[in-house]
Amino acid sequence: MQTMLKVENVVKSFDGTGVLKGVSFTLDEGKVIVIVGPSGCGKSTLLRCINGLEQVDSGKIYLKDELISGRTRDMHLVRQKVGMVFQSYDLFPHMNVMQNLLLGPTKALRKNGEEVRREALAMLRRVGLEGKENALPRTLSGGQKQRVALVRAMLMHPELLLLDEITAALDPEMVSEVLNVVIDLARDGMTMAIVTHEMRFAEAVADQVLFLEDGMAAESGPPEQFFHHPQTERARRFLRSFSYESKNSRKEKQDE
Amino acid sequence: MDWSFIGQHIPDYLSGAGVTLRFGLYGVGCSLLVGLICCLCRYFRVPVFTWLARLYTELARNTPLLVQLFFLYAGLPRVGVKLSADACAVIGLTFLGGAYMAEAFRSGLESVDQTQKEAGECIGLTRGQNIRYVLLPQALATAVPAIFANVIFLIKETSMFSVLAMMDLMNVADTLRTSGGRTVEVLFMLAAAYLLILMPVSLIAYWVERRLRYAGFGDQRPV
Ligand SMILES: Nc1ncnc2c1ncn2[C@@H]1O[C@H](COP(=O)(O)OP(=O)(O)OP(=O)(O)O)[C@@H](O)[C@H]1O
Ligand SMILES: [Mg+2]
Repeated sequence: MQTMLKVENVVKSFDGTGVLKGVSFTLDEGKVIVIVGPSGCGKSTLLRCINGLEQVDSGKIYLKDELISGRTRDMHLVRQKVGMVFQSYDLFPHMNVMQNLLLGPTKALRKNGEEVRREALAMLRRVGLEGKENALPRTLSGGQKQRVALVRAMLMHPELLLLDEITAALDPEMVSEVLNVVIDLARDGMTMAIVTHEMRFAEAVADQVLFLEDGMAAESGPPEQFFHHPQTERARRFLRSFSYESKNSRKEKQDE
Repeated sequence: MDWSFIGQHIPDYLSGAGVTLRFGLYGVGCSLLVGLICCLCRYFRVPVFTWLARLYTELARNTPLLVQLFFLYAGLPRVGVKLSADACAVIGLTFLGGAYMAEAFRSGLESVDQTQKEAGECIGLTRGQNIRYVLLPQALATAVPAIFANVIFLIKETSMFSVLAMMDLMNVADTLRTSGGRTVEVLFMLAAAYLLILMPVSLIAYWVERRLRYAGFGDQRPV
């Protein structure tokens, strides 16, 4: 299996305050890594370093075999291969849904508009947004906007997709409609790095969990281990703060 | 009011209005261009140019156009740069207007959420594409009132061109007044001429602003 993303000892500080203090991990093609940790531990910063929205201070990031950190020119070529979706959707408010979807593929990738449009319509249907192609973003609900944002990222056919707390701004009843799309993508073999506070979703979708604390990887491993047998006290405390009880620990309690 | 005097001198005013309008529009066009470039330099923090753009904006906005024109017309020839009056007019007005337009564009761009820029970057747009398709359309919607205010301001500032001995409206009126002495008629026609030029601009501004407000595409912006 090919390595899709390799993060090596990434260090990043803002105004002298260390935010990432040497983070490393690798992610294989078709796999999903979920990054969790307390607020302010550097999760967003880590994702933003990967697609160059922030420049690393030191360390290296590779996409397949290509060094993508420390570049200042041609970063847009990297971003065409690394999609990212944020908490705040960030659809372009002056464009309707279809224009939002077509912009990247037709301008950045110079693809044929008609073909992309057909593909976009199919994807909209798949995420339950049939008939919304002419709607303006402000007329959509949060959950609908976020699904459009996901489709917009996917239409670029990225090799890697970064998701930063994409359900954090949503009303509870809309969370699952968005997460189901992500679970679908994972099943289709999309390589993803996901930051989330939805622990149940994290466990369901992850092949690998990275627990960040204070800018360092405090623990990493497969989800069964992290969620059911966390190795460190910090991880246990973190999971307790969500009052997250996995299936197993519930069973254990019943057994007692 | 001596209507026959007025009728007799309408052609003079028409040619003056032509000069005012023509150089006003050249100035406005170049100002928009200079303003856009300056504002983008600052927005994207282009090294050195950011700094130059700031310096220029402060300099241009805090010196009177009259002084700028004198500098171009009377000062530069001393160091061997001789420009025609027409060139001085366009350069002077652009120097002034570029700074004001830069500020108008900047207020527009700053009203666009930083996350919009990042969203554009995240779908792999080049900087130019991001500006053109994502940032500018949203910035312009906010900046339009300020831009039109500048257009009107700049067209009025063309009245300074008379110091360059250009036969713009102001100079036409001045010449008539000093030669004929019909001050009331001369000034009446002058005011009417400026009004006729500027009223349509105001109306267009009003129309564009209203359309943008109805479009109200901003997520957060009041509709
Ligand atoms: N552009 C910036 N300038 C200065 N400080 C920043 C910047 N971006 C992030 N930080 C700081 O870096 C730290 C980590 O921020 P980051 O957004 O990566 O945390 P996070 O793990 O994503 O938190 P949350 O779960 O709340 O989203 C925070 O203390 C934050 O204040
Ligand atoms: Mg964050």
